[in-house]
Amino acid sequence: MHHVVVEQWSRRRSFLHVRDARAKLLVALALLAALATAPASPISAVPFAFLVLTGIAAARLPMASMLRKAAVVLPFSLLFALVEWAAGQPMAGMALLAKSYVSALTVLLLVASTPQPLLLSGMESLGAPRLLVLMAQTLYRYLFVISEQAQHMRLAASCRQGSGARRSRARAFQAAAGALAILFARSYSRAEGIQRAMAARGFTGDFHSLQRRSFNSRDTVFACAGAALAVLAHLVARRP
Amino acid sequence: MSPLIEVRGLRYRYEDGTDALRGIDFTVYPGETVVLLGANGSGKTTFLLHLNGLLQGEGSVRVCGMDVSPRNFREVRSKVGMVFQDADEQLFMPTVLDDVAFGPLNQGFPAEEAAARARSALARVGLGDIEHRAPYHLSAGEKRRAALAGVLAMEPEILVLDEPTTYLDPPAQRNLIGLLVSLPQAKVVATHDVRFAAALATRAVFFDKGRVAKEGKLDEIVELFQWDWGT
Repeated sequence: MHHVVVEQWSRRRSFLHVRDARAKLLVALALLAALATAPASPISAVPFAFLVLTGIAAARLPMASMLRKAAVVLPFSLLFALVEWAAGQPMAGMALLAKSYVSALTVLLLVASTPQPLLLSGMESLGAPRLLVLMAQTLYRYLFVISEQAQHMRLAASCRQGSGARRSRARAFQAAAGALAILFARSYSRAEGIQRAMAARGFTGDFHSLQRRSFNSRDTVFACAGAALAVLAHLVARRP
Repeated sequence: MSPLIEVRGLRYRYEDGTDALRGIDFTVYPGETVVLLGANGSGKTTFLLHLNGLLQGEGSVRVCGMDVSPRNFREVRSKVGMVFQDADEQLFMPTVLDDVAFGPLNQGFPAEEAAARARSALARVGLGDIEHRAPYHLSAGEKRRAALAGVLAMEPEILVLDEPTTYLDPPAQRNLIGLLVSLPQAKVVATHDVRFAAALATRAVFFDKGRVAKEGKLDEIVELFQWDWGT
């Protein structure tokens, strides 16, 4: 379960981990905005990639795993890159791939260096709509439930597949579609149970955290320096 | 002595038209452990969900002298600690400590106080050394005790447990019995496990098709309804 691993990474200790979530959010937003507005060339992502890779090293996160996990975005961006390619703009397509990958890596670095409750409360205090934050918090909790449910169903299905029998693609697709429907129904039922359990312990819509937030002078320096580096990377990317 | 829980004429119908509760009268006094027995679908869980307002039917439900109604859910849910059948539904925070502190934080305690209550509750259930572990990495017995700690951290006056022995092996069941016996709160326990019930019950209530069919001593009820695989 990817989110379990990332959750564990987020609770490590490093220079980046101890920074206030709001400072990290501001730097990440600055990086993403600067990257998005950089010229449509794959080379323009290089200075941003350098910054993010430096951040991963500073946070003492496993580089290879981070690079691998960020690649999850590539199948989606590849589709749009191919459209650009077909429209006669191969460089724009490659830029899209490079930028989307570095953006995913930036977000992954943010999530892997900030415990989820702090990240979401930081988002809320920076003005993100409360409903959005609440949905993200709830969705995050249900992720564990859904993935566990899916694993149980997969195990049960593989137990009934029999040995040596080759299933046709159509039959496999049919089974997967049915399993997806059941997974949805069961997840809904589990989600209802979780909601009840939360209400039973006094939950009324506000998530509180044990971790205390404090934005100190180091966080201010970090946020300013990070934003300045994002601008610098943008200027470097614009150079011909 | 005034009752901690007083239910009169409770009726509940599900949206699909099923009459789950058909006029339940039920009382629990301080220090009691009341065991609910009955077939699957007899209304035990539906009934338990009324005790802290998670479901609301017709009739009267009073807890610690308060009517269970939306305007006092906060107080009622602080008084009635509910441990659900599926511990996985109750453990949803990233670490055990976060999860156990969830209730005290919702009660309005500051983070330090909530953490202290959570640690004390974890120590009470014998899980003091696993506060930083993720709940999904715990064994079934540990999950059950962590779920119980999450409720104890709120310092309730009544514990409500729905099928607490589900997924537990015999040693874990034995540990749970020892733990529950040591807790001073009044308890309402729905279970199919007669041996578990015998270790705890001061009184038993038998549910049948949404009604209380009989209440009294556990062994009499077990004999009357032949509610044991050996009978």
